[in-house]
Amino acid sequence: MCGLFIWGKTIGTTQMDWIEFPSLSRGTLLTIKKTIDGSFKEFTRAYGDIIDKMFDPLQDFLIFLEQLLINSPWPIVLAAFAVIIFLLSRKVSIVIGTVVALVLIGVFGLWEDTMRTVAMVTVCTMLAIVLGIPIGILMARSDRVQRMVNPVLDLMQTMPSFVYLIPVVMIFGIGKVPGLIAVVIYAIPPMIRLTNLGIRLVDQDVLEAADAFGSNARQKLMNVQLPLALPTIMAGINQCIMMSLSMVVVASMIGVKGLGQEVLNAINNQYLTAGMLSGLSIVSIAIIFDRATQAYGKRLQKHSEVVHG
Amino acid sequence: MAEATGIEIKNLYKIFGPNGKEMVRKVKEGMSKTELNEKFNHVLGLNNINISMPGGKIEVVMGLSGSGKSTLIRHINRLIDPTDGEVLYGNEDVCKMSQDELREFRRHKTAMVFQKFALLPHRTVMKNTVYGLEIQGVPMKEAEERAARWIARVGLEGFEDHYPNQLSGGMQQRVGLARALTNDADILLMDEAFSALDPLIRMDMQTVLLDLQEELHKTIVFITHDLDEALRLGDKIAILRDGAVIQQGSGQDIVLNPADAYIADFVKEVNRGRVILVETVMDKSKTVEGGLTIESGIMLEEAAKTFAETGEGEACVVNGDGKPVGVLNVQDTISAMVTPASH
Repeated sequence: MCGLFIWGKTIGTTQMDWIEFPSLSRGTLLTIKKTIDGSFKEFTRAYGDIIDKMFDPLQDFLIFLEQLLINSPWPIVLAAFAVIIFLLSRKVSIVIGTVVALVLIGVFGLWEDTMRTVAMVTVCTMLAIVLGIPIGILMARSDRVQRMVNPVLDLMQTMPSFVYLIPVVMIFGIGKVPGLIAVVIYAIPPMIRLTNLGIRLVDQDVLEAADAFGSNARQKLMNVQLPLALPTIMAGINQCIMMSLSMVVVASMIGVKGLGQEVLNAINNQYLTAGMLSGLSIVSIAIIFDRATQAYGKRLQKHSEVVHG
Repeated sequence: MAEATGIEIKNLYKIFGPNGKEMVRKVKEGMSKTELNEKFNHVLGLNNINISMPGGKIEVVMGLSGSGKSTLIRHINRLIDPTDGEVLYGNEDVCKMSQDELREFRRHKTAMVFQKFALLPHRTVMKNTVYGLEIQGVPMKEAEERAARWIARVGLEGFEDHYPNQLSGGMQQRVGLARALTNDADILLMDEAFSALDPLIRMDMQTVLLDLQEELHKTIVFITHDLDEALRLGDKIAILRDGAVIQQGSGQDIVLNPADAYIADFVKEVNRGRVILVETVMDKSKTVEGGLTIESGIMLEEAAKTFAETGEGEACVVNGDGKPVGVLNVQDTISAMVTPASH
């Protein structure tokens, strides 16, 4: 109402010529911006430390993982990677590809940066899964929740990441946690959307059978909905990892160390080779993660591959 | 096993639409399905259904698609909530149960077999079969022992570790049947259970069901659109059209006395020899001593076979105690089998 009133007054005082859009006067706009900025600054001064503290465990875990990957002898880390990738994919070809890629990364001097990025992406993905799956489940359960969450997800996906970096930096300053938050905001929407979609697409006949045998809501979720939605949820996790990786470059602008920082450095100084090497490292990690998670997802679905006849 | 309890369906109405309760009144006052649909945009699913399903018997509900038969069977375990009316199991009204009571009722009293099998694709045959017991909280070891028995009983021994995808349609429905039987419930609800199977496999499954019923005596509600199937399985048959029961009775009743032209049209193609009992056709006014005897309770087709094999023209029909109750001759047998009996 108030805005409308101001708008009316503004139009009243200027000549209408139908060419220039009758916008709010510069003074009014400045007041609006100043008021909002001011109150948010006050908010960060009052609660910034508390919010910062709440994220301490997350930061500790991230630092722990990072140090573990960087400070352990590299052959052990390499072997651990090979074993984990094998356990996920059960495919020797993917393991060989992983080892070759990591060795090349090490040879070109990007080992430490790569480890930082891997730690970052791992924590971001875990956080996105832990938050995203329950939200997706809630969305699948209720059309009202879906109607409320969907616009928020649209906002998260289309809002330029630099825009939401501003309030995050205002609260947390520069460092790992704001980077983490920025990456999760960017990477979580596909996780939520695909969990919701997967559950909603579960065959109604099977759900009816679960009902007919007297399943309660939890049994239906654990026995029917989640297992049958799993391929879609796995696609969500996969997307989430890929988007986290692409976001680490942007996150480097607010102090996240790792391959992103190398890329940023290369842009600023026009180092073509350095930029290419860091970029290709990100690509190879992305491919490793992608192939491993996809193979894992496929292995979980082995029951649907064997077909009668 | 104690005698199974029957199911009484009384004045059951189901109207699909936002304002069903109010529409029931209009339907009770005589509004037709078409009028309800055109004027108020509500769909009349079930219209004043009254069926008494005897305990321990097979009740077949038959109708073409859109007749409301699948809606009806879903009222027995309340997968669909009725708009008005009662579904009584013993003294309990299924329609008045709370959510918890209903869940317990579904877990322990009913089991259901579905047209599209509705198996869990990510579970093996064994894990599918124990599903009902798992939901009830039966320890896994005991559940698997009980399930193994039924898997063997439906002829799937050795397939315990297969996934549904690896089995043919007929075998998948055997899993569906084993899953339902493992629940050990009084009521077995079969929603077009064999309709998706090809004719030979269907006959085969009907035989499996009849064999099982001979020892189990469950209260079975079987939905079908196939009259031959209805006549073969049903101790009692109810025929549904446009959401209303238009005739119920034994298979013979329906074939011999179709209630209207619609049913008459239906039963025209039926193999009468397999539906009509010898005592329906025999001459009750006389008996003969000696010669060929036929037991009462058998179908005409079997009697005809006996006549053909022996070359006799007349036989004495005897009841279970061997007492003669009437006389059947070849002439009457054949004419009852080929022409619609006039009444």
